[in-house]
Amino acid sequence: MYLHIVVCAGVVPDPLQTLEPVNGPNGPALKNEMMLPAVLDPWAASALYEAANLVACNSGSKLWLVSLSPKAKLQQVMMTIAQKVSFELVAIDSPAGGFVDAQATAEALADAIETIPGLDRSKLLLFGGWESASRGAGATLQTIGERLGVLDQFMGVDQIEMREDGSFEVLERVEGGQHQVSICAGAPAVLGWATGNLPEPRNNPQIGMANMRNVMPALQKAKPAVIGDNGLHYLSASLPSQQRQTRVAKDMSLDAIAQELVEWIGAE
Amino acid sequence: MSRSDPVAGNGPPEIERQSIEADIVCVGFGPAIAGFLSTLNRAWMENPVDPLFESKVAPGLPLQVLCYERADDIAAGVSGVVTAARGIRASFPDLNPADIAMTVPVKSERILYLLDPIGASRRPFSLRMADRVLRALNGTLGVRNDAYELPWAPRFLHKSGGLIMSVGQFNQWVGAQIMASGFVQIWPGMPVSQPLFAENADRTGDQVVGVRLTDQGVNRDGEPESGFVAGMDVSASLTVVGDGPFGPVGQAIDRRMGMPPGHDKREWALGMKFVIELPAETTLEAGTVWHTFGYPEPEIFGFLYVHPERLASVGIFVPSWLGDPARTVYRYLQHYIQHPALWRHLKGGTLRSWGAKSLDESGKHGEPLLVGDGYARIGEGSGSTNMLAGSGVDEAWTTGVQLADSVMELLHNKRSFTQENLAATYEARRRASWVESNARDAMNSRNGFHLGFVPGLIGMAIAGLTGGTISLAVNIPQTHKQIEKKRVNRARELKTRAAAMLAVEDGRPLHEAMMSARGWPEIEFDGSLLVSQQDALLMGGKVQAMPGFADHVIFRDAGLCIQCEDKTCIAMCSGQALTLGSDSLPLFEREKCIHCGGCIWNCTRTTAEGLTNIEFRAGAGGLHSAEN
Repeated sequence: MYLHIVVCAGVVPDPLQTLEPVNGPNGPALKNEMMLPAVLDPWAASALYEAANLVACNSGSKLWLVSLSPKAKLQQVMMTIAQKVSFELVAIDSPAGGFVDAQATAEALADAIETIPGLDRSKLLLFGGWESASRGAGATLQTIGERLGVLDQFMGVDQIEMREDGSFEVLERVEGGQHQVSICAGAPAVLGWATGNLPEPRNNPQIGMANMRNVMPALQKAKPAVIGDNGLHYLSASLPSQQRQTRVAKDMSLDAIAQELVEWIGAE
Repeated sequence: MSRSDPVAGNGPPEIERQSIEADIVCVGFGPAIAGFLSTLNRAWMENPVDPLFESKVAPGLPLQVLCYERADDIAAGVSGVVTAARGIRASFPDLNPADIAMTVPVKSERILYLLDPIGASRRPFSLRMADRVLRALNGTLGVRNDAYELPWAPRFLHKSGGLIMSVGQFNQWVGAQIMASGFVQIWPGMPVSQPLFAENADRTGDQVVGVRLTDQGVNRDGEPESGFVAGMDVSASLTVVGDGPFGPVGQAIDRRMGMPPGHDKREWALGMKFVIELPAETTLEAGTVWHTFGYPEPEIFGFLYVHPERLASVGIFVPSWLGDPARTVYRYLQHYIQHPALWRHLKGGTLRSWGAKSLDESGKHGEPLLVGDGYARIGEGSGSTNMLAGSGVDEAWTTGVQLADSVMELLHNKRSFTQENLAATYEARRRASWVESNARDAMNSRNGFHLGFVPGLIGMAIAGLTGGTISLAVNIPQTHKQIEKKRVNRARELKTRAAAMLAVEDGRPLHEAMMSARGWPEIEFDGSLLVSQQDALLMGGKVQAMPGFADHVIFRDAGLCIQCEDKTCIAMCSGQALTLGSDSLPLFEREKCIHCGGCIWNCTRTTAEGLTNIEFRAGAGGLHSAEN
């Protein structure tokens, strides 16, 4: 039983950098966004690692990574991601950021997926991030699925277990720290991943070299896409507030640390 | 392919390792390797079907050129600079600085001698007298805000026509161009642990045949854990070593091949800087360059470079010849930015990022063997930094360009990468270039600092003004002895130390306590520009370390650490990754290490084999700021 897995993954500024929303001529943007190092959207990265694991466990399967991102940034991200898992890249050059319209993004991604040569839509598992590190619209992946006619959709996925008959069991996050167990008859389906259970794969130079044979041509032929705003208008954009209260303390017992934490939490 | 027998000369049989073949493998992606790859890449792009560029290991394909970089991104962990950009502009004649973020042409240069407004710095008598005279002239003759502006800047310090840059952003810019062609593969997050040597018919084991990548999926001691992946062996007919002044490959080659007679890396400095967003009302123009000296200690030089978009790089260099073991650079930097001459511009600013790095200040004195069978050394680790001009990036870039030109010449003539051929091409090019002539002018220019601050300034001025013809002859002690020679012995200093020891009992680091005991005021944190060192680790991309790699800072002999009174490695550690354990041994936390390398040259103990007691191996992680 083979699978054709397509992972939709955007590129975002490294969330650990100093991010500062500013108002640009085309609406909100991040200050100095193009000079910030980029990473594959961490939620989608979880989806990619899970997909690679599924492909490895199901012979004859294939994995595509479809990304709507600024080409230069995507190239930078490929230096890291391409060392980790094998995939075929489908690149769409776009000034995508955290503030683009989800429907227009979904339209461009769905169009790109529809034109992937050799993709068996009956075996399609469409993967992506449940959320995004830039600004999760929470709708992009579902919309892609709708446009492709894939109606079995699961969000907040932490685990998938394939069965011999092609059906699979999915664990979805629900409220209260619980998981909902669903059985799906089989592909096609959409899975929006939470963190999954797999660690980030080690960097493997051989995988990197093999990937580069298709990554660079894919980047070179990436077509620019114009993503409309569909009338989307932002009133304001801000970062979640954060507060640091770092203190260096030596020789504190575990009990004392725990007690201090309890008091701190209680005071919040 | 895989094999279980290691390359000859690399120890006993080990775990099974995968191996791959390339034509050229590069270690590190700094300005030198960028210059090398950029030049090679552009030559290939001019004629991709030229048989000159056909791979020997993959016939029919272009040369297989691989580059492995330790940091998690090619923009991470490098620094902001001012550079004359002579070599960089030669490579990019149409360079538009506006195309590279944080880059701007130099507009103005000032040199300031900073007086001590606090009275805590260790100033010699002659300097204290000079300070009195200058204070009496306050408001006249260029004396303002506790600083004296030199009426002119000596030519050797000038960077007119040059650029203020962020090397991180420059690396991103040039790296993208290199990668875009697909000719070269650059892999960040992949440390190289060691060179691979092979035996050769005439001499044993001195041919470099490639590199070994670092094991992954190991515990901090390097023992395999879940997800273990043995570091791959990458064989290549040419290994380009550009892993900086303390890179493991360069170090291993130095140990194996030795240094040229009389050469040694004895002079170092730790450069630490803040990237500060200046207040909205700032009057500092992009392109402004300040060089300072005299404060926070006379031996500590400082700088301020103003980038576009109200960003400034502000930092200091703490040299190995600062004999005092209380080398708490982070705190010194906090005092530095609060000097009245700087603070009036910086107050109200925001700390965006921060970083530090060791600089090999030995110059020609520390130049290793530049070439050997199968390898060539370029960049800072090859002794290219010019300490008279305070310039290293442009020189490093140029050595990379010189090697690329030489590689193409050898390919064109169908000659192999032997020591003789590389010497006749790369080394000859370098010797005939401005990099070499400037390095010769500079090689003894800082000798005087080993006699004291004032002789150092005089020696530097004489060497600079005479083009290196006249300089002070000084026997430069080994790096660790530069700390020992000024060990605390005076009664006043002993009292200070006693006070500091009391502070240590309160849980404060000795070096911090010593500074406080000497009269340095406590830093009043403001949460935006003045923050604790631990908080700084969380700024500008944060300091991170991927799990699954071994510790890269190793204490060879724990007994020597216990005996060590100063533990300067802890004082100098830029990320407070080294702390004192309860058993008197330094503790290393990999997750806080920014890979500045300061601990190596601040270790005052040597093993019976003559090695510094701290070993710095290949390691992943570190700073993640691209604004540095």
